Amino acid sequence: MSKDNQILEDLNSKEYEHGWSVDFETDEAPIGLNEDIIRWISTKKEEPSWLLDWRLKAFKIWQGMSEPAWANVNYPKMDLQALRYYSAPKQSNKPKNINEVDPELIAIYERLGISLNEQKRLQGIAIDVVLDSVSVATTFKETLGKLGIIFCSFSEAVKEHPDLVQKYLGSVVPMTDNYYAALNAAVFSDGSFCYIPKGVRCPMELSTYFRINAANTGQFERTLIVADDSSYVSYLEGCTAPQRDENQLHAAVVEIYAGAHAEVKYSTVQNWYPGDKEGKGGIYNFVTKRGICAGDHSKISWTQVETGSAVTWKYPSCILKGDHSIGEFYSVAVTNNYQQADTGTKMIHIGKNTKSRIVSKGISAGKSQNSYRGQVQVMKRAHNARNFSQCDSLLMGNQCGAHTFPYIDIANPSAKVEHEATTSKIGEDQIFYCNQRGIATEDAVALIVNGYAKEVLNQLPMEFAVEAQKLLALTLEGSVG
Amino acid sequence: MSTLTKSTFVSGLFEALPNTFPSLRQMGKENFYVQGFPSLKDEEYKFTPIAKKLETSLTNFSSANPVIISAEQINKAVPAGFEGVVLAFSNGKYLPELSTSVEGLTVNFLSKNESTPIGSIAKAENDPFIALNQATFTDGLCISIEKKKEITLPILLLQFHQAKEGQVISPRIWIEAGDFAKASFIDYSISLDDAPYFVNKVVEIKGGIHTDLTYHSLQEENNQVIQVNALVTDIQQDSQFTSTQITLSGDLVRNNLTLNLLGSNAVGNMFGIYLLNGKTHVDNHTNVDHTFPHAESNELYKGILADQSRGVFNGKIFVRQAAQKTNAFQQNNNILLSEDAIINTKPQLEIWADDVKCSHGCTVGQLDEEALFYLQARGIDKTTARGLLLYAFAGEVLEKIELESLRTFITTKIQERLGSKF
Repeated sequence: MSKDNQILEDLNSKEYEHGWSVDFETDEAPIGLNEDIIRWISTKKEEPSWLLDWRLKAFKIWQGMSEPAWANVNYPKMDLQALRYYSAPKQSNKPKNINEVDPELIAIYERLGISLNEQKRLQGIAIDVVLDSVSVATTFKETLGKLGIIFCSFSEAVKEHPDLVQKYLGSVVPMTDNYYAALNAAVFSDGSFCYIPKGVRCPMELSTYFRINAANTGQFERTLIVADDSSYVSYLEGCTAPQRDENQLHAAVVEIYAGAHAEVKYSTVQNWYPGDKEGKGGIYNFVTKRGICAGDHSKISWTQVETGSAVTWKYPSCILKGDHSIGEFYSVAVTNNYQQADTGTKMIHIGKNTKSRIVSKGISAGKSQNSYRGQVQVMKRAHNARNFSQCDSLLMGNQCGAHTFPYIDIANPSAKVEHEATTSKIGEDQIFYCNQRGIATEDAVALIVNGYAKEVLNQLPMEFAVEAQKLLALTLEGSVG
Repeated sequence: MSTLTKSTFVSGLFEALPNTFPSLRQMGKENFYVQGFPSLKDEEYKFTPIAKKLETSLTNFSSANPVIISAEQINKAVPAGFEGVVLAFSNGKYLPELSTSVEGLTVNFLSKNESTPIGSIAKAENDPFIALNQATFTDGLCISIEKKKEITLPILLLQFHQAKEGQVISPRIWIEAGDFAKASFIDYSISLDDAPYFVNKVVEIKGGIHTDLTYHSLQEENNQVIQVNALVTDIQQDSQFTSTQITLSGDLVRNNLTLNLLGSNAVGNMFGIYLLNGKTHVDNHTNVDHTFPHAESNELYKGILADQSRGVFNGKIFVRQAAQKTNAFQQNNNILLSEDAIINTKPQLEIWADDVKCSHGCTVGQLDEEALFYLQARGIDKTTARGLLLYAFAGEVLEKIELESLRTFITTKIQERLGSKF
């Protein structure tokens, strides 16, 4: 037992490695939230009037909503009037390309291990980097441009491709969707926009990296991915934040639109600051992510590795509207110390012969609470819908919790829906087996956890899989159930 | 619980209450008004519009008086080949002259035994329907089984219901079993006519240590009846409790089953079948609370839904931090037979202890076309083949019923339904 305690202590004392912040000049909105602030943001971003109207409409709707309380999480409510809704690094001129970006900013990202300069040279991933509220750099724009792929910051897209933005903005996640989606629609500051034209297979992984730097700000970015008919794109998202004692809010919206025969793969490694081991500070991650398989034979696949955030509230969903469309959700959610996660997915089957697959693996350690909340809905007209869900939970230590809330709502007799879930700890016999073969307990746990999460990790693109495995190993270093 | 402001339409029910248990009734009334009827916004009643249903289909919200039941009616209702004790009830009121007894079993009107701690297990503050029953039950029965007494004969609770349109029947039963006691109950509800009325039943079971109790509920009400049935039980150390819930008809039926496992080596079993057609809406909510280590719970519910019926299943398993070494299994399988049938199922696990084995599974599907073809290829007509396969599907639950006469009785009923058009 003492060995277990020792190991658990080690685990608890693990530091958040991205917890630093940098002081540099920023352009900030005054604290508070009202119509004037929204106008201020809109003016600052030189937005067209339709977008301002859209924001104001969202704000009105938001005012009539109240914060949802149904999630299985407990946290002190946040005073949304005490937040700053816009914070941007000061740059005299908008950078035209990566060479003109403030070297200090580049240095931040190099500390995070994302070298933008290196990206330029090595063939690999095109990145759009979002710091606090604005997009600071997008790499590989020209290469992608040749194929007709648009990959830029959201504000740039508003200026240069207003038709596309106007057509798809809010079409998957309407502003009325929920409290945080409405708030995001009113105050979103930037984000990424991506358009893949018909029949184009995006040759590289597209990626967004989010970082919150300033204190007392909320980050509200919006990502919009449009994959036109028969196109393919794989999209990655990463995030970190400095270590602060106050809770910070991250309320993002991601919308994905997939046309006929299009395929979108969206992978996230979420590593926001989770708070210290007493549960102080950390990010509130209240995110709305949804994709629509609008065309026939389209496919959207969500993969997420959730290791950070004090409180997570996130349900990447698929609306399977096109016939023969496919939705997938693969998730590993790890919680430690006082972290709380309420995450899962929604699969809404509308079209005929639609298929969905859910694989969710929760790991809870310390005093954390980890919930899976998912819905599989088969509408009346969705003939021959097929779903398979599996959600397993692994418990480490006797003070954490693992909860499962699956909603299965079926209104068509030809649907085949299966759901299974198990909860257990790492078996002593499994560890003993490894020990017997000369594998130390710590390594055995890493081995077992990796095997446990493998089904999900396998879905990640190579670059991310390495990071995710490292993160898992770090978070659970040496913990024995 | 969410509040529904229009709880006032029940006020007629609070007039002319019996003068027994005055403080308990007052508490029930207060608790009911605090909670109100749950609306669809209430997570627990998300798919069951009970408040709206009550408000629209019940006009005369008053308590139904007992009606006269003949010995003939009883003989007709008792399953063939049944050998055991019969306790007859008319609209919740116990009829001693038509009932039988056995050694070790004591029954008493609740009104004659006001020291019965009713409300101590089924708590009014957690459930508006329990609160409403606590305030308005006309009379009820207190059943006790002596310590160390093993009652081998099954005890049949024959509940006859007959009421005017819109009336309310509130049966209340308290069962107490001494340490090492064993007994098996069959709670059989029958409608005597076709009027729409509301049955709001509460059964509380308090078992001592090392008891073995079984409670079967068989519901065969008319298709206009709205029912809310609460069964709450405390299961002590080394005890076993088994519940079987068979629902075959009704307009809207809500079954709330709560098992509190309050000792080590306690075992709770929950089995259920819902076989629905027409517009029947059945909502099974089960709740198992593991608070002690080394306890076990098993749950298996199966549903067959035809026509425009709707099934709701919500199984909750709570494993508290102290409840290490818990084994909890839950399974819900459904077959949808028609385009208009709907199933909403939510098998839910909430676990705070790490050294546990918990699993749940849930499926929704239809009959295997190949199996159907196999049978047809061997000269069995389609209706029979379908009935056979559906019976096999339900069979897994039926074989859990240990009482042979009851199993045969239910099997025949189910076969009749499945063999016909259904």
